[in-house]
Amino acid sequence: MTLRFNKLGIVIAAIATYAAFLAPFATFRANRIVPGEGRLIIAALPPTAGYLLLAVVIISALVALFRTPLMWRLVASVTVLAALALLIGVAGSFLTPEGNTFARISPASGFWLLLFAFLLLLSDVLARLSLSPVARVAVLLAAAVTIGLILVSGSWNSLSILKEYANRADSFWAEGYKHVVLALGSLVAAVVVGVPLGILCHRVDRLRAGVLNTLNIIQTIPSIALFGILIAPLGWVAANVPGAAALGIRGIGTAPAFIALFLYSLLPVVANTVVGLAGVPRAANDAARGMGMTDRQRLFGVEFPLAFPVILTGIRIVLVQNIGLATIAALIGGGGFGVFVFQGVGQTAMDLVLLGAVPTVALAFAAAIILDAIIELSSTVRRRESAA
Amino acid sequence: MKWLPTLLRLVLLIVLVAFIVHPAWFEPLLKPLTENNAPAIYNQGSLLSLTLLHLRTVLIATVAATIVAVGLAILVTRPIGAEFLPLSRSLVNIGQTFPPVAVLALAVPAVGFGEKPTLIALFLYGLLPIFENALTGLTTLPGNVLEAARGAGMTGWQRLIKVELPLSVPVILAGIRLSVVISLATATIGSTVAAKTLGEVIIAGLLSNNLAFVLQGGLIVAALAVLIYDALSALERVAARRMGRLAT
Repeated sequence: MTLRFNKLGIVIAAIATYAAFLAPFATFRANRIVPGEGRLIIAALPPTAGYLLLAVVIISALVALFRTPLMWRLVASVTVLAALALLIGVAGSFLTPEGNTFARISPASGFWLLLFAFLLLLSDVLARLSLSPVARVAVLLAAAVTIGLILVSGSWNSLSILKEYANRADSFWAEGYKHVVLALGSLVAAVVVGVPLGILCHRVDRLRAGVLNTLNIIQTIPSIALFGILIAPLGWVAANVPGAAALGIRGIGTAPAFIALFLYSLLPVVANTVVGLAGVPRAANDAARGMGMTDRQRLFGVEFPLAFPVILTGIRIVLVQNIGLATIAALIGGGGFGVFVFQGVGQTAMDLVLLGAVPTVALAFAAAIILDAIIELSSTVRRRESAA
Repeated sequence: MKWLPTLLRLVLLIVLVAFIVHPAWFEPLLKPLTENNAPAIYNQGSLLSLTLLHLRTVLIATVAATIVAVGLAILVTRPIGAEFLPLSRSLVNIGQTFPPVAVLALAVPAVGFGEKPTLIALFLYGLLPIFENALTGLTTLPGNVLEAARGAGMTGWQRLIKVELPLSVPVILAGIRLSVVISLATATIGSTVAAKTLGEVIIAGLLSNNLAFVLQGGLIVAALAVLIYDALSALERVAARRMGRLAT
């Protein structure tokens, strides 16, 4: 058997070589805001663990470098990722001086590059395996459970991001809850309003251009400005409409953030509803009319089910976009993970930024995978139904 | 009534330029929005220079993103880079889940505060729509045209330059248009890490509870976005007509 190079493998092996031998694996800082000093793998880990990690990285990089069976590549990438996940915790406790509570250990560029390189390998393998939607969600679930177990086991507790978490455990979950409520709540509101609006636009030609243009223009207003602009009218409502303040409507805080996210969400929902309904084959509609279905029966029995996957695609766009945009709500006191991001930027404490950014990215990523799976399932089910 | 949209855009452009160059003319309009005699027009820097810096940031990021994204799309659609095609598609999908604020904040430790983290965030965020569209453009070319080019004895390079790229231009332009509009709005967030953009005006308004600042910053960005979006759409239609493809 002759060995042939894999082109992606060359890139991965190059990144891995640099990251393992030349870039620092962990950063040591005397306290949370001073600049840190980097430590190479050998210096950051106890000798056996250090050489073990280097061996695992080298072997896996070789597996990536040559044309090897997919299963080998899967095992290699998962092994390195698991080793990285476990050993960064080891580095944390190894580098923290005994009894020192100020010292901060964080993953450094070498760690992130290794993570990136082998995540690339893993995504390439997963893309080539072309997993079924259910299997993709299962992989996501397995990854989430693994990370959850590591977190619960406490092996990462000596890392700086978790020290930031330990100082703010209560507010972390409170802000996380607000973040999810903002992102999901505004999505639900947008679906409740947007889908009927889309149906109306589909039926009434004259309305369509006007509504879509207005929503398009709303999208061009920068998010921080829209959040800010809504402060004034809501402040007025809170002051002048009896009962509004009791409902939690205030000029600053969650209410303007919620409304801004709702407005941004409307366009993808309405536009996709219109596109989905317009894509319903004329033959299906004619057949339904021929069977004597009323307009309403036709809408719920024929048009809506056929347009459903397209509407779901709009919902996916909105959800991923909302999870990201909800971070900006923190600027107007709306809460969410953005609170930590902006606090961290203000204090130049990057671990705090990570504490806000990592869960946001994880949420958006999970939402994208789950909704993609649902979209694929709903369109294949429909195809199977129409074939039967 | 066909001239009405054009007229509206022209009026918008004139108002926008007048506002940026001579904001004091509009002071009476914005004054009612302020409280406690606060200034109605942004007074910590000139709106004109902030607008130009904003546009410059977006332009640099978009040009860089276009070169890299189109280059990558060409690479993965050639036989030599075909191995990267499945990975590049899933990377584009994953990349879109990263919120811009996170990208911005995470770039700060690497490059410091100011314009650089904003450029990085805009560049990364701008890559995705352009790459996706360039990939669509290059992979959905009519097969008979490619056959004809091959039959005419064109080399791979000639086919790329003379046939594939020109035919993909309208689709690539659509990607650039999306990317520019996203970047124009995202650049405002750059001011949270001290970049000189129109976001500065909005944030100053949020901090001092001055609605007039928030409104003027937001409206300038929105007007820029609408005008640039329309200009690029027109360019796309011209390109599509020349290439005989219908703009979508």
